[in-house]
Amino acid sequence: MKDFKHIGTSTDKIDALSLATGQSMFVDDISFPNMLHVKFLYSSYAHAIIEDIDTTLAEKHPGVEMVLTYKNTSRVIHTTAGQGWPEPSPYDTYMFNKKMRYIGDRVAAVAAETEEIAREALKLIKVQYKVLPAVLDMEDAMKDGAPIIHDEPEIKGAYDIKHNLAAHILVKVGDVEKGFAESDVVVEDTFEVPYAQHCPIEPHVTITYLDEYGRIVIRTSTQVPFHVRRIVAQVLDIPVQKIRVIKPRIGGGFGVKQEIILEDVCAYITMKTGKPARALFTREEEFVSSRTRHQMKVNVKIGAKKDGIFNAIRMYVLSNTGAYGTHALTVASNAGSKTLPLYNKAPNVEYIADVVYTNLPIAGAYRGYGATQGYACLEQVVDEVAHKLELTPLEIRKKNHIKSGETSPIFRALGEGREGVTQYMQSCALDELIEKGAKEIGWFEKYGKKTRNGSKVRGIGMSIHMQGSGIPLVDMGAATLKMNEDASFNLMYGGTDLGTGLDTIVTQIVAETLGIKPEQVIVYAADTDLTPFDVGAYASSGTFISGGAVLRAAMKIREQIFEVAKEIFGEYDERDFVLEDGKVTSKKTGKSVTLSEIAYQTLYVKNQHQIAATGSMVSPYSPPPFAAHFVEIEVDEETGIITPIKYVTAVDCGTPLNPELVRGQIIGALVNGLSYALSEEYKFTDSGRMVSSNFMEYRIPSTRDIPEIVPIVVRTYEPTGPYGAKSVAEININGPIPAIGNALYDALGVRVHKVPYIPERVLEAIRSKK
Amino acid sequence: MKVCYSVNGKKKEFEIKAGEVLLDVLRRNGYFEVKGNCYMGTCGACTVLIDGLPYTSCTMLAAKVDGSEITTIKGIGTLQKPHPLQKAFVEKGAVQCGFCTPGIILVAYALLKNNPDPTDDDIKKMLDGNLCRCTGYVQQIEAVKLAAKMLKKGDE
Ligand code: FES
Ligand code: FES
Repeated sequence: MKDFKHIGTSTDKIDALSLATGQSMFVDDISFPNMLHVKFLYSSYAHAIIEDIDTTLAEKHPGVEMVLTYKNTSRVIHTTAGQGWPEPSPYDTYMFNKKMRYIGDRVAAVAAETEEIAREALKLIKVQYKVLPAVLDMEDAMKDGAPIIHDEPEIKGAYDIKHNLAAHILVKVGDVEKGFAESDVVVEDTFEVPYAQHCPIEPHVTITYLDEYGRIVIRTSTQVPFHVRRIVAQVLDIPVQKIRVIKPRIGGGFGVKQEIILEDVCAYITMKTGKPARALFTREEEFVSSRTRHQMKVNVKIGAKKDGIFNAIRMYVLSNTGAYGTHALTVASNAGSKTLPLYNKAPNVEYIADVVYTNLPIAGAYRGYGATQGYACLEQVVDEVAHKLELTPLEIRKKNHIKSGETSPIFRALGEGREGVTQYMQSCALDELIEKGAKEIGWFEKYGKKTRNGSKVRGIGMSIHMQGSGIPLVDMGAATLKMNEDASFNLMYGGTDLGTGLDTIVTQIVAETLGIKPEQVIVYAADTDLTPFDVGAYASSGTFISGGAVLRAAMKIREQIFEVAKEIFGEYDERDFVLEDGKVTSKKTGKSVTLSEIAYQTLYVKNQHQIAATGSMVSPYSPPPFAAHFVEIEVDEETGIITPIKYVTAVDCGTPLNPELVRGQIIGALVNGLSYALSEEYKFTDSGRMVSSNFMEYRIPSTRDIPEIVPIVVRTYEPTGPYGAKSVAEININGPIPAIGNALYDALGVRVHKVPYIPERVLEAIRSKK
Repeated sequence: MKVCYSVNGKKKEFEIKAGEVLLDVLRRNGYFEVKGNCYMGTCGACTVLIDGLPYTSCTMLAAKVDGSEITTIKGIGTLQKPHPLQKAFVEKGAVQCGFCTPGIILVAYALLKNNPDPTDDDIKKMLDGNLCRCTGYVQQIEAVKLAAKMLKKGDE
């Protein structure tokens, strides 16, 4: 392992003290005189057409500035998915529309002097609906004769609107049917993974205003500032040039802010009125009218030979994108592309996905991005195969998982809504992860023992995972560095830190490359006027793509510094130079010059120029991080309550650039996954109204819900990543559903096929076994 | 109607509307360090200390606490002179997005005032009402314990 000064150390998160002392500014922590407050009116029907809407009274209400509906706003079909261009999501959305597609769809907006006035004015809007039959069930939605949700002629990019199919995927490698026929055992099972919400503690919020030149500034809680700029320009039909997007500190995202939801409306109001506009979602709106995880039904069939080697795998995914198709195709792609390559021994693989529209809330991007749903099923079926062959869960995985130097045909066959890019694993510590995790949980002492204490039974389970690091040949990030007199450097980059610590990671990368301290790097990020482009924070791209861009910029600066040193030293070969501790030293002559001297010379004295460089990162590689999850649970046969006792996650993310921040990502994702497995649930009425839209009914974990958690980081070196790193933000959300499912089976010999594993379902599974 | 609070040691008059909650009064007057959004007392992000005890300001009627001493996160330490809790949260990686942090630190502050040597369980119980979606809580529990140690050593 290489020796680093700043890489691999837990530098304090650069914004942490500012946040902990209440200094930091989030979107809503400013206020303008004359600022308008925006509130929305939502459809109370799951499927309807607005026959007429009367806003006269609302408009006359004192303090109301404007009321927005389909009647007075631009009608540009687009997707709200904050993806690269051209977006792989269907164009099926308008800023406002006549057609209502779920309870929570946007009918109108009021901009008024205060929030209260806006709220009162909403009540004065009269809407005449023609109610249409709605379809809330995924299977029903695909049937002939089902109500057609997207029947407007402008829709673009959806697969088959007559059957409410937003997307469809079919990928074949080899011949699965033959593969099953030639297998010694074949196992098939189906699991349903539900709607869920990201629940950032700061919900969506946007403030827009005009700058002194009449350009629109959008200050917004987003993961994708550059996509916001592009899509708002599209929707408002104004040039990109007219818009500046600023991302200040953000109160968490987890995927839900990879979406343009409030920005277009606020920008439109500011453009029309010249006044600042502010929209802030309530918690209820965040649940109902922002975005969710795609509900999926996942079926996996595995055929294996007697020796345990997989011979054929088929995965079928039925995914619910809700009323609009944001991330419909790509999340479904990822349910296969981020899971199937893990078991690359099978010569026959088939992946099929149907993504349906329903009259329910809109799905979108959520940490894990389909892989979570895919693993929920795959990793339980792998255990079922093991049981049939009388192998242990560890043995079957060790026989079948991908290893260093290997590839899988799926990498190429299945990309992000299109063909992918072949990947060979250059770093993969799965065997070690499995070994270390098993030891820490006490696998060999505990597995199969079913220790009982009254009605409470212990069980342990495990699962393994991979994800990716950015989207190969699609995601691009860029960074600019410039040098100052005191050898400090301004780093302007497009990367989008949502609280993850990316802004800190990049200071470490610069410090390591330029032989300075991380404190000498002044970071300014994610401002479309002042920083270079970056696709934003999604697909585990932060460390790998944005970090890679920063590394490239820093390498160029290094060259420029050496050029000046050559002149100063009168030497020619930079291979003699060492850049360390704020100075360049020649090993050959012993001559030395500080970076500050170089800065003064280049800024003021001789051959004046700005030492500055921009680096871009796009990569044919997307090296997967790997993880092995182990959980010990206690399940009460009488109450059906599952209590996780201890959770071990062993993770390979290449070089952990900042171990403390890596630990934060691991535990954060894991705890989110735990409550997804056990308690988080969208409840709908028969008419499609989401009724668990607050933290009392939708239970996200608090301090009392967490088991003992042991993260183990196994260090590898990924040659394609900055200083050997791979990204790590998402992967650990994928484990809890299958690992707990497998532990439940170990304890009681039952499986619960519908997530979350709430007590009623556990009891039902116990009953049906008896 | 007018009320008077001492906020972070400074007495000030505030104009409030009927039925207004403390969170809105504070934010309207520029105390943006007080976060919050659920308005149901369920997330804890809006926590402030009222006469030394932690309350969710979103459920507290502004009129009810007339005359009280209110402490926000800025009242216990600054960037230049942070409170040990603030230092410990940084050191232990307990701050990710930081939106929940002011509330959590204030609750921990009240805890340590009464119980300078809390167990894991004490901390978990006390912080139970403060949701954090980023960290998974492990780091925050560690940070509170570290701060307790720092405070004992007199590192104030
Ligand atoms: S805003 Fe007060 S508890 Fe959530
Ligand atoms: S650090 Fe983001 S919610 Fe706690």
